[in-house]
Parts: sequence; C-alpha cells; structure tokens
Amino acid sequence: MNKHMNEATITQTIETAPGTPVIAARGLDLTFQTNDGPVHALRDVSLDIAKGDFVSFIGPSGCGKTTFLRVMADLEEPTGGSVTVNGVTPAEARRARAYGYVFQAAGLYPWRTIGGNIRLPLEIMGIPRAEQAERVRRVLELVELGGFEKKFPWQLSGGMQQRASIARALSFDADILLMDEPFGALDEIVRDHLNEQLLKLWERTGKTIAFVTHSIPEAVYLSTKIVVMSPRPGRITDVIESPLPKERPLDIRDTPEFLEVAHRVREGLRAGHQDE
Amino acid sequence: MSRSLLPVLTVLAFIGVIWYAAAVALNAPWAYDKAQRAGVELTLPALVSDTWAQDKPKLPAPHQVGAELWETTVQKKVTSKRSLVYHAWITLSATLLGFVLGTGLGILLAVGIVFNRTMDMSVMPWVIASQTIPILAIAPMIIVVLNAVGISGLLPKAMISMYLSFFPVVVGMVKGLRSPDAMQLDQMRTWNASAAQTFWKLRLPASMPYFFTSLKIAMAASLVGAIVGELPTGAVAGLGARLLGGSYYGQTIQIWSALIMAAALAAALVGTIGIIQRVTLKRMGMA
Repeated sequence: MNKHMNEATITQTIETAPGTPVIAARGLDLTFQTNDGPVHALRDVSLDIAKGDFVSFIGPSGCGKTTFLRVMADLEEPTGGSVTVNGVTPAEARRARAYGYVFQAAGLYPWRTIGGNIRLPLEIMGIPRAEQAERVRRVLELVELGGFEKKFPWQLSGGMQQRASIARALSFDADILLMDEPFGALDEIVRDHLNEQLLKLWERTGKTIAFVTHSIPEAVYLSTKIVVMSPRPGRITDVIESPLPKERPLDIRDTPEFLEVAHRVREGLRAGHQDE
Repeated sequence: MSRSLLPVLTVLAFIGVIWYAAAVALNAPWAYDKAQRAGVELTLPALVSDTWAQDKPKLPAPHQVGAELWETTVQKKVTSKRSLVYHAWITLSATLLGFVLGTGLGILLAVGIVFNRTMDMSVMPWVIASQTIPILAIAPMIIVVLNAVGISGLLPKAMISMYLSFFPVVVGMVKGLRSPDAMQLDQMRTWNASAAQTFWKLRLPASMPYFFTSLKIAMAASLVGAIVGELPTGAVAGLGARLLGGSYYGQTIQIWSALIMAAALAAALVGTIGIIQRVTLKRMGMA
C-alpha cells in the first residue's frame, strides 16, 4: 500500500479490496505516565483482524487487553506505532460510528426504559423516529428480549441487562463490535447461555467482534482467533487460529480439539508469566 | 409517616414543657415588680398565671402566641395590614421570585463551571467568597442602590433571596453534573455524542437527586433572604417588618407569632419540594 496516498483514498482501496484487515495494528506502544513512573500498557503490539473474525483477547490483569480495545475505540491515544480501523484512524472510525462498544457493566440509564436505552445512540445519531422504533424492535429480537421494550432496567436480571446493552451496541448497525469482558460479572450458567447466544448473533449478523475476557473456555468457545497477552509490558505472546468448526454446540467443549486449543492458551499464558 | 408521629409529638410536648417553665422564669421579675408596687404578696399560682398572661412578656407563653396567630390569620381579612396572612404573602412572593432567580443563576453558573475550564478555576472561589459576606451588611446596600435607580418593592428583596439561594444550587449542581462515571462518559464518546447531547441526555438527568437536595436548602435560604431584605426597608410589610415592628414596640407576642409563621412557611415550601422530589425520582427510577 502506498504510504503517500491520503487517507480517503486508502479507505476506498481497502473497502473495495476483499481480505484486507478491518483492524490493523503495527508496532503499537502505549505508556501511561503515573506518579510511580511510566507504565508500559502496550509494547510493540501488531495484529490484523479480518472481516467477520471473532477475536478474543486473553491474559492476566495488566496485560493491556482492555487498553488495546480502548485504543481501537479511540478511548486511549497510543504513544507509538499505528492502528487503523476500517482503513482509517480510530478517531475517524469513531466519528463515522464504525463500531459498537459493550462495557463490562451494562450501564443502562435507570430513567429510561429498555427501549429508551437502546434508542439513546439512535437519538444521538439523529436517526428518524419511525426508524428508531423499527431498529429497537429488531435488535431486541436479536438478543431475545422481545416484549421487554417498556420495562425499566431494574426490572431485568443482570444477564438480561447485559443483553440489552449488547442490543444497544448493535442498534446503529456498526460492522465492528468491541466487547470488554461483557459477561465478567455474571454467573457461570448465565454466561454459558449468553456465549451461545452471542455466537448465534455473530453468525447471523456477520459482524467483526473483538472480545476481551479472563476465561479460557469462553475465549476458546467463542473465537476464530485467540490472542494471548502477558503483562509488564503488555504484549502479545501467542496468536492461535482456532481449528474448531463455525457450528459450535455447548458440548463442543468436551471434544479433544477444544481441549487442545485450551491447553495451548494455558501454555501461552504460563509462558508469558515465566518471562518475568 | 405514622411511625414518626409519636416521636414528633413527644419532642413537641417536651418543648412545650420547657417553654412554659422558661416563661415563668423569665417573666417572674416583672410580676414580682408589679406585686411589690401594689403591695401584695405573690403566691405561686398567682405568679404562674401572671407570667403566662402578661401584655409584653420577655417570653410569651405558647398559648399567647397561639391566640395571636389565630387572631391575625383567621379573624382578620387577608387584605388587612394587621393580617399575618397578608404579611406572609408579601414575604412569600419575594421568597419565590428570589428562589426562581437564584436557582436559575445557580444552574447557569454550574453549567459554566462544568463545561468551561476557565470558569471552573475562576468562578468557584468567588461563589464561596460571596457567601462569607454577612448578608445583614450587604442587604441595606442592595436595597438603597436599587432604590436609587428606581427599583423598589418586590425585586430588591428577591435579589437578596437570590444572593443566598444560588449558592447551594451551584455547589449541588456542579457535583450532580459531574456525577456520571468515566464509563458512562466513554460510552457517550463511542457514539460520538456532542457536549450538548451528553449534557441533555446524561449529565442533566443524572444530576436530579443532587438538584432536589440543593433546592431544599436554597428554598430555606431564600426565605431567610426575603425576611432580611424586609428589615432595612423601614418595616412596611412582610414577616420581616412584623419582626422589626414587634421589636420597636416590645411586642414580643407579635415577634413570636411572625417567627412561627415563617417557620411554618419554610416547612411548607421545603415539604412541597420534598414531595416533587419523591414523585420525580421515583418516576425516573432513581429513588
């Protein structure tokens, strides 16, 4: 790719060329200046995420997985290297509303109904009223919350609230979904159920998903690509292309293939710790 | 409500007992004085009945204040200058106007402080300094200056109310508008929301619990401001005028009934805000 081309041309090139990465990071560095001296949250991170990929980021706390996701979302500014989202800078991608971001907490507004909460980004983006209603109905169906539109957040369980927050991130039809430990605060059973639903949703919508997690089974079950990271400085230690088929019933987790991938992830995490 | 009734009545009864006892103690010298001049020996029952029924007692007994209140509210036409309802209305109108102006000013300053870094650094110290000036010192000047430019009547008093009531609103609203956490603000950023959208859709609704708490304090401060504002005007009308007039002529019963009226007014106003607060926050799912 010609570096001298302006960004608008690059965007066009990328959008017309199939197989080019949706997210591309090259030599990414991010150092936070704190009172205890500099903290290297990311050091020389390079990664490509292709269209339709489901990429999980796994690693211990402080490995920079959330920071990396926040860089993609233009919530943090890298101190070195480059990153593009849809071929443009994260800031431009954010202004173009290229991604939906799901936070660890559902963050629904208590003064808005579930429907009202999902309508919130649509109102901000100036989408016509009639279309807002249509989209709210559609994404609620997608996360299996049809009929809950008029309920208030406190009337829903934690898992349902998180589903509503995913629906909100889907409502404006961004192609990229960035998820920061969205099921981290939920219990195992609810989590299994939501993982299954998320896979179905991913299959139906063909979104590109970047997913931060602490859980090895969750990462292996969901992903087409697993990125293992380790801390101090935050860096990528292994990238595993999953050999698992796209169709994944929950009991795939007992197959030898699944266990083998899980083993490799665990090895990668352990290796990252031994370097210290 | 009913659970708090008994404790409240107990406290009231306790206050009543102390009040009657204090009335005897404080008014006794004058009763003894009268008895000496008349050359009679004062028995204890006579002393008590005298101290509870003097014309200009140092401390009027509760029933005397009650009788005065009854006389000046129910038995007088509300248009009469001797009606406490008339005076209360004068004070109430200045209180409400000052409260509305103060709340408006407070919200404007808070919005400025939250959105503008320069205002954040520069305005807050002045806001705090403004409240360290004794209002009694500055009130006559406001009245005189405004009078000199031809503004008199309701507005000068309302300005003093405003001066006192904007402060709690500024402090509360700055805290309230800053109450959304980092995640909620990041979320707005991912949607590329403008500062105005973040304000209307997140900051303002999130500030409501702080807003109502501030309003209650502002309302009470506003009433104090209106009463203080009535003192230097030469005691024409209003509860402040009743207080001042009462002290000129030693009409302690009049002073106390004006005080009780002011307290009742404050309770009613603050209570009204409390009800609006409960209903609003319940509807917003925040209570």
